[in-house]
Amino acid sequence: MKHEKQRGRKWFSLLPLSLLLFLSGCSEKIVVLNPKGPVAKAQYDLIMWSIGFMLFIIIVVFTLFAVVLIRYREKPETADYEPPDEEGNKLLEIVWTAIPIIIVAALAIPTVKATFALEKPPRHDVKPITIHVTSANWKWIFSYPEQNIETVNYVNIPEDVPVKFKLTSAGPMNSFWVPELGGQKYAMDGMETQLILQADHPGSYMGRSANFSGRQFAHMEFEVVAQKQDEFDKWVKEVQQTAPKLNKEKYEEILKPGLVGRMTFSNTHLEWIDHAEQNSHHANDEKHNDRHEDMESDHHEH
Amino acid sequence: MKWSEFFVTGEPLIYAADVAIVLTIIGIVFVLTYFKKWKWLWDEWLTTVDHKKIGIMYIICAVLMLFRGGVDALLMRAQLTAPNMKFLDAQHYNEIFTTHGTIMILFMAMPFLIGLMNIVVPLQIGARDVAYPYLNALSFWLFFFGALLFNISFVIGGSPDAGWTAYFPLASNEFSPGVGNNYYAVALQISGIGTLMTGINFLVTILKMRAPGMTLMRMPMFTWTVLITCVIIIFAFPVFTVALALMTFDRLFGTQFFTMANGGMSMLWANLFWIWGHPEVYIVILPSFGIFSEIVSTFARKRLFGYKAMIGSIVGIAFLSFIVWVHHFFTMGAGPAVNSFFSITTMAIAIPTGVKVFNWLFTLRKGKIRFTTAMLWSLAFIPNFVIGGVTGVMLAMAAADYQYHNSYFLIGHFHYVLIAGTVFACFAGVHYWYPKMFGHLLNERLGKWAFWLFMIGFNICFFPMYFLGLMGMTRRMYTYAAGLGWTPLNVVATIGAVLMGIGFIVFCYNIYYSARYGERDMTGDPWDGRTLEWATASPPAHYNFPVVPEVTDLDAYWAMKKNGNGYEVKEEQLEPIHMPSNSGRPFLISIAFFIAGFGLVFKWFTLAIIAAIFIILGLILRSFDDDDGYYISVDEIKRTERLARKGA
Repeated sequence: MKHEKQRGRKWFSLLPLSLLLFLSGCSEKIVVLNPKGPVAKAQYDLIMWSIGFMLFIIIVVFTLFAVVLIRYREKPETADYEPPDEEGNKLLEIVWTAIPIIIVAALAIPTVKATFALEKPPRHDVKPITIHVTSANWKWIFSYPEQNIETVNYVNIPEDVPVKFKLTSAGPMNSFWVPELGGQKYAMDGMETQLILQADHPGSYMGRSANFSGRQFAHMEFEVVAQKQDEFDKWVKEVQQTAPKLNKEKYEEILKPGLVGRMTFSNTHLEWIDHAEQNSHHANDEKHNDRHEDMESDHHEH
Repeated sequence: MKWSEFFVTGEPLIYAADVAIVLTIIGIVFVLTYFKKWKWLWDEWLTTVDHKKIGIMYIICAVLMLFRGGVDALLMRAQLTAPNMKFLDAQHYNEIFTTHGTIMILFMAMPFLIGLMNIVVPLQIGARDVAYPYLNALSFWLFFFGALLFNISFVIGGSPDAGWTAYFPLASNEFSPGVGNNYYAVALQISGIGTLMTGINFLVTILKMRAPGMTLMRMPMFTWTVLITCVIIIFAFPVFTVALALMTFDRLFGTQFFTMANGGMSMLWANLFWIWGHPEVYIVILPSFGIFSEIVSTFARKRLFGYKAMIGSIVGIAFLSFIVWVHHFFTMGAGPAVNSFFSITTMAIAIPTGVKVFNWLFTLRKGKIRFTTAMLWSLAFIPNFVIGGVTGVMLAMAAADYQYHNSYFLIGHFHYVLIAGTVFACFAGVHYWYPKMFGHLLNERLGKWAFWLFMIGFNICFFPMYFLGLMGMTRRMYTYAAGLGWTPLNVVATIGAVLMGIGFIVFCYNIYYSARYGERDMTGDPWDGRTLEWATASPPAHYNFPVVPEVTDLDAYWAMKKNGNGYEVKEEQLEPIHMPSNSGRPFLISIAFFIAGFGLVFKWFTLAIIAAIFIILGLILRSFDDDDGYYISVDEIKRTERLARKGA
């Protein structure tokens, strides 16, 4: 019976290891651990740094645990043994308070550094490109104000250039996540958050919403395509020349709840509405009201 | 509203549930009538103010809710086993994960622990009941009817579907027009009031009703953790009350606190929710720590190592629990300074928690460890919780959290802490205190089977989720595409979930089996226990202790056994005992709450107002109630005690 238990425990401790072995077969699928840009790389380094400490803690606790259980389990030969009553041990308690403090400090310092660093572009020698991202039920809309183009459910970016994604939402909160390029940030209605990402190489990277936003949330995927600068420029020019114009009616159509395919336009919806402004979906009405009030006050002056 | 909208239709699973519910109700009514048990039910249970019976009722409800939440979990796992499954549609899946989360936290974990608190705390401190027995009954029935209201949503009107966090604007009328989220707001409010009253009740009980000689620093660790938990409840729950009230106003009366229009702010909901929500997880973890402490100490036959450090740790954890809530949304873009602050406070929780883990390990060291079922659950807690804990520290690192947030890595983490922490503690506590509750032990062989099945299943289910998270799988997806490499691990996770389900069935069978064949506990002290609950009979008479015990040391009963013959009662010491009277009013008031709640959910305001009048009437009647209990005569105590001894 006792042996069975120990065997059970040993088998259990092998479980994580076997999983690791199993996973090494498909490690490129572990997107978070396959950074394809400096932001994801910084996060990868932080993750690896912390995993080292965590494995150390796990090894220490598991070893102590196993030793104590094996040595001090009730055995026939210890039938007369009466455990001593210990109140505690100052020295030991200081040690196991101090070590976690040191570990926490060792984790906190790089965390704070990275948290601040991620708010700035990874490189300063090139001008970042700004892309406005609007989440809606259940699609992603990307607006390039400088290029004056707009895409839906895919976004092309130049490689090695920091991209400032300005996130907002025309509906429920979503989270903009491209794991191979870096961590996520929320897209919320009536406000704007900023996420800076950068791709090292041309390629296609999966992105998705990480915050539940309703019925078709699971399908809120988009593709980030990183291109060489000249190819990107070519694509922009092509879109500007060939893609249709987006108008209010078409845009309202897109915003309706549901799934849509990829789309490309040669202007942006920012011309008439920016969901990042507080209560922007009533912005038109308010402007109208303002004008009305102005007219009224004019009238009074006369 | 049409009747076809009133009842949920169109799902074979729901129709099956309808049939099951009707059959169960008919079955219960039939059994009660056939065996003429209606009066027994009313006198012994519905009107009781006895903390032990209330505790048992809490636990029965919690086990039922564990079943409901577990079925939800198995349905989700079935849907996610393979890519592009058509087992559940998106809406049904969304409802199921919402109810799974809400039920497991608020209607399973918390009532389970509150049930154990109810049974154990007054016994541990040598009291005859809680400070406010009437209020205690009201707490229970509010929880019960809150849970009932929440549960009927899946056959009447439709379940909430915006996640257990009910984030706005998704949970607003604009995006969730049905009654589902009304159920969420109203049902949680009703049971939340009950929880808040429990917090106040046990705080006063522990502070004012301890046996003579039991100073604060002689209190058993479980009682300490309950005390601190009560403080957390009292500070955290009012925030939730307000948040839910604002949500109710938004949904029912058209206010705009959290909506998209007119200056509503969805971030406000997230903040309020987690200012309550994070302390909430410590409300379910601290009593668990207390349970493990009692069990580890008993079955290592040693007093708890570092008792004072343990208390310091729980106080520290309780304090920190109020200044970490932002770590639930580092990705909201609050800025690096804010995120850094909450990163550090969150990681700091690892320090007192680590102290506790080492103190448990050193309690075991030099002990004589007996592997009872209760002890197995407690021991398994340590390695499993450490895995959950270290991944928690990883999540606390804001910059890295951007990659883990809302992914299956997070799902893995919080199931490792909540199951290995709270659920293991509930099972451990039930096995440990079962003889005290019912007078017989749970079968050890079946108990161990259930333990191994559940514990191994738990690891197989949740360990792969860490990797699924790193592979980019996000929580709350009702399906996923093939070719992402997620399928094998999802299959593994589902197998683990099935094993957990089998473990739960074995546990339930054990309850039945032990009721019929279980070993009777004649001594009142089957484990050679250390604290006062083991001094009295199993199950204790309704007055708990014929004579209030005198406490001279920590581990009061252990000291009594070492220094003499334990807890002895001489008949000349007996005095009449003052006990509170039963009352049906808490039950009836709670029914009125239920009806008022139901009226609010469907915006049937006339019904709600009429029911509210009955609530107020109940309160008025209570304030003119001059029944201040009754005395049990010495003769009756003698008779009860002799009978108990004859049994022994």
